[in-house]
Amino acid sequence: MIELVEIEKQFQGQVVVKPLSMVIEEGEFLTLLGPSGCGKTTILRMIAGFEQPTSGNVVLAGKVVTENPPNERDLNLVFQHYALFPHMTVEENIAFGLKMKKIPKEQQKQRIAEAVAMTQLTTLTSRYPHQLSGGQQQRVAIARAIVNKPKVLLLDEPLGALDLQLRKNLQTELKHLQRTLGITFVYVTHDQEEAMMMSDRIVILNNGQVEQIGTPKEIYSSPRTLFAATFVGENNVFTSPQGLFAVRPEKLRPQRSEESSMKSGVIQDVLYLGNVHKLMVELDQVGEQPAMTVTIVLDSTDEESWQVGERIGVNWNPKDEVVIQP
Amino acid sequence: MKKKGHPLLGIHSALMMIFIYVPIVLVMVYSFNNTRLSGDWKGFTLDWYVSLMKDRHVMEALMNSLVIAVISTVVATLLGTISALSMRDFARKWKGPLNGVLYMPVIIPDIIMGLSLLVLFSQLQIPLGKSTVMIAHITFSMSYVYVVVNARLAGMGRQLEEAAQDLGATYWQTFRYVTLPQITPGIISGALIAFTLSLDDFMVSFFVAGPSSTTLPIYIYGQVKRGISPEINALCTLLILVSITLILLAQYVLNRGKGQKKHKMLPF
Ligand SMILES: Nc1ncnc2c1ncn2[C@@H]1O[C@H](COP(=O)(O)OP(=O)(O)OP(=O)(O)O)[C@@H](O)[C@H]1O
Ligand SMILES: [Mg+2]
Repeated sequence: MIELVEIEKQFQGQVVVKPLSMVIEEGEFLTLLGPSGCGKTTILRMIAGFEQPTSGNVVLAGKVVTENPPNERDLNLVFQHYALFPHMTVEENIAFGLKMKKIPKEQQKQRIAEAVAMTQLTTLTSRYPHQLSGGQQQRVAIARAIVNKPKVLLLDEPLGALDLQLRKNLQTELKHLQRTLGITFVYVTHDQEEAMMMSDRIVILNNGQVEQIGTPKEIYSSPRTLFAATFVGENNVFTSPQGLFAVRPEKLRPQRSEESSMKSGVIQDVLYLGNVHKLMVELDQVGEQPAMTVTIVLDSTDEESWQVGERIGVNWNPKDEVVIQP
Repeated sequence: MKKKGHPLLGIHSALMMIFIYVPIVLVMVYSFNNTRLSGDWKGFTLDWYVSLMKDRHVMEALMNSLVIAVISTVVATLLGTISALSMRDFARKWKGPLNGVLYMPVIIPDIIMGLSLLVLFSQLQIPLGKSTVMIAHITFSMSYVYVVVNARLAGMGRQLEEAAQDLGATYWQTFRYVTLPQITPGIISGALIAFTLSLDDFMVSFFVAGPSSTTLPIYIYGQVKRGISPEINALCTLLILVSITLILLAQYVLNRGKGQKKHKMLPF
């Protein structure tokens, strides 16, 4: 559906997005995940046509569109800050795209009604944006985009400004919407949990560079770089003569006796988090390596009572070690 | 909690108000005074307003002023708006200097402006008349329109236009349905300011007006040299009222736009 060919972006000679190539499949839910300032918005804006790549090409449905202006690309962008038209009502905002494309009035009405129902805005259609709450404005922005039935929908942190409850609701709604309409979603977020929950594939970005592309499961179970290993979920990173490797907290096993264990240390903290509990263990220094603290996650089947200050051994299965690049 | 200023500041602003408004109020009061010899209050009358309407010279000056104000306002509003729009697309390197050039007439003293325009017109051998006054008025009021529209554009940012483009609007559709409605309050209030400035201008007009293009302020100046008459007070009162109405209207229109910062031009 979308193909990015070695696209690179510089602002005033400063590289913001390093050369990036990837293919986004039709109907896929792809998420760009990374910390603030890593270039997520810039990549979306290059796909939408608001920024020209310094080099490289954007291919949309088999056509090179690098030089085409945004209004000639069959996709829609939901802006990070909504960008609703303040002088138009909710309904006029949603109708805008259809009006520009000169869709017949009858058809406009029907499509607007559908989009409004889908985003639960039925009672608000005659309001102006400044009369809406943040969450409602967000839904208008989404409705204004999906009413056009684009092949691709780009969403720039669409749930960023919402509280947790509304966020959870809209996450499910968006995912449902994407499945039923079969639209390709390119979704930007810096919330790793959101990314894991919603995406078919995740692109992990750091400093304008792709760290890893993969399904949520691949990203979680076999991260390739130090950044990917630590940005998504908790992780314990160890150094060995061969390099770095990571072991997830739930793969570590505590053991009462220190003998014959792989590492030993002192429990710093025990945290009960409902169905799981966590041990924070400071490992003993070995040779020149600096002291480090590991996290162990135990599920409710663990009946032992661990005490702060207790000396324990820590073990894991070597097949759970994931070799990562620094 | 409300922050309190130093008490002296309050006294200072009270004095300022008296200083500015007492002369104006006096002119207004005397325009209704039933005596030719100003000084004492001799009862209320509208005689001076009536005799004003009957004065052929006043009406002629008024017509001149209105024609000049209307035409210069239309042209200045167009030019100022176009400048503000096109300035957005200039590279940052050129923005600073160009902005300065467009602001210049706001800063330059009127007397310099009038004098330099007079020099220009005589160099080009353009006969002084209504058209030279119009050109002069366009020159300075265009800058004010530019400033107001520019502020409005800056407040709007680029996002709305990008959103329109994203939804399939062409360049012109974006302008027509998004940019223009957003800056219209700025354009209207710029036009009202331009109209007021043109109507009230004395200094620049005095330099570039010809015998056939006496405007109201120039006429008033000519009359005052022969002594202040109650008719002049009446005329000034009318001018003040028109100006204040226009400025208030401009302010109202500018603030009607939703979600924008409030601007204030008058202290009430
Ligand atoms: N027009 C511009 N001119 C110069 N630098 C820019 C411009 N736009 C973005 N940048 C820079 O590019 C980098 C990436 O910006 P971008 O907006 O893509 O980040 P982001 O990943 O979307 O961050 P956030 O999560 O905070 O939205 C930032 O360092 C930013 O300062
Ligand atoms: Mg961003």
